[in-house]
Amino acid sequence: MKISTFLYCTKQGFKNIGKNILFSMASIATVAACIFLFCLFFSIIQNVRHIVVEAETTVGITVFFNEDTTAEQKQQIGDSIQNRGGVKEIRYISAEEAWETFKEDYFGDRTEELAAAFADDNPLATSDNYEVFLNDIEEQQPMVEYIRSLPGVREVNYANALVSALKGMNTVISILSAVIIGVLFAVSVFLISNTISVAAAFRKRENEIMKLIGATNFMIRAPFVVEGIIIGFFGALIPLCGMYFIYKKAAAYLVTQVLAMSPGTSALDLFSLLPMREIFPQMVAVGLILGVGMGFVVSFFTIRKHLKV
Amino acid sequence: MIKLKDVNKTYDTGNKAVRGLSLEIKDGEFVFIVGKSGSGKSTLFRLITRETLPTEGEIEVNGRDLVTMRRRDIPKFRRTLGVVFQDFRLLNDRNVFENIAFAQRVIGASSREIRENVPKMLQLTGLSSKYKNLPKQLSGGEQQRVAIARALINQPSVILADEPTGNLDEVNTREIMKLLEDINRHGTTVVVITHSREMVREMNKRVITMEKGRITSDVRPEGYDLEHGLTGIKPMPVRPVPQRAEETHRRRSRRREN
Repeated sequence: MKISTFLYCTKQGFKNIGKNILFSMASIATVAACIFLFCLFFSIIQNVRHIVVEAETTVGITVFFNEDTTAEQKQQIGDSIQNRGGVKEIRYISAEEAWETFKEDYFGDRTEELAAAFADDNPLATSDNYEVFLNDIEEQQPMVEYIRSLPGVREVNYANALVSALKGMNTVISILSAVIIGVLFAVSVFLISNTISVAAAFRKRENEIMKLIGATNFMIRAPFVVEGIIIGFFGALIPLCGMYFIYKKAAAYLVTQVLAMSPGTSALDLFSLLPMREIFPQMVAVGLILGVGMGFVVSFFTIRKHLKV
Repeated sequence: MIKLKDVNKTYDTGNKAVRGLSLEIKDGEFVFIVGKSGSGKSTLFRLITRETLPTEGEIEVNGRDLVTMRRRDIPKFRRTLGVVFQDFRLLNDRNVFENIAFAQRVIGASSREIRENVPKMLQLTGLSSKYKNLPKQLSGGEQQRVAIARALINQPSVILADEPTGNLDEVNTREIMKLLEDINRHGTTVVVITHSREMVREMNKRVITMEKGRITSDVRPEGYDLEHGLTGIKPMPVRPVPQRAEETHRRRSRRREN
């Protein structure tokens, strides 16, 4: 394609937008709403996934022993778990360590004062345990079943509830977002198609002349496809800019809220939003591809229907 | 060359617009196709421009078989034709220069080519001083000259004019016919579809009469010699159309208004 032809088609595409400004604006607004919601759900889903991954890797399986389990048996249990495979890390927490951690987590600044009541009596004397971290969370359930079958094991705790709740939430959000985006997508397709049809009607005379002069299909259709691409591009650009500021604000707000609820804890790792640089490039790429792609495909097929040489 | 053989065209409505039509127009001819409304003239125009296909028969224009022509080859074929209409079909939001340049743009001409060719056409059609005017600021005759310039700029071998003077007064009609004659004199085949017998009589050219989709007569004037006037074809000269008749017409119009 010659540069002059490309420039001509691009110019005509912009002119079409100008001639048909109300319809074009309506189309851009609908595409923008569609892509904004997509970005919103995209960031929610990505963040929930991130929390799930965090939860999966930071929350392990805790194995408690029967009171009469000997140190050798405990060692054997540890070896059996280690040898089963898929174990990222296994750590023995003695009763003393368990008590210290408990005191740090629950007594806070008043550790000395509150712990004094127990004197040398460790209330968690039978709470020595193994903390097991797996490479793949999918292996958690079989591993739990396996550990339960080992002799000397009293109880196995694992983060099943949290992980499955988060996964469930992710599924609900995914379905909900798919439905809403689907509806908005259909409305966008309809509006872009309508805008292009109106533009084609506006330029009917011009297109007829073009056909008789010997313009190719490409030359006649290109301005309309350019129009669709422009609609899609701005329809994506506006929500992406909006999302950039909203996400930044939301991330900052969440940090202050988490810190206010549990200052200086690991909760911040779990419940803070993914950093902008991790989520935004993906969002921009998908948003632009979605907007421009939708504009291109819809205008291409609409104009194909309307203009035949 | 335009060649039709046993062409029939029946529309979906059942209307038989063209029946058993055979016709040959050689390169460089000036031909009038006359007939009343519904005689099949416009269908013939559409068949020659490959806007529609015949139900039966063969059509060959400029060495191309229009019946078997592939869809993607149509634009290239149409560039060998220049079309002119009764209602001028100009783009009302673009000035004279842009209207003529439009025909070059659609075939992908560069801006440099456009800058070189459009002034030549403006000069040829006597519109050099009006290149910035919008169509509504021009008289009917001037608008038709813009349309002719647009049809000519891609150097077609055939000019097809469908009632080119239908909306014009006598003075402008003469101007336009004179321009078409000049164009023909320099080798371009000109086919004019009209219902104005008076104009046809004055021009003394080959006249094909159509009635109910059939050719009822094909008359060549006395002494008509196709070869004559075609020898020594030169490139079309760039010279202005006399402005006198146009000015006289405008003076008269002004006088009438006063």
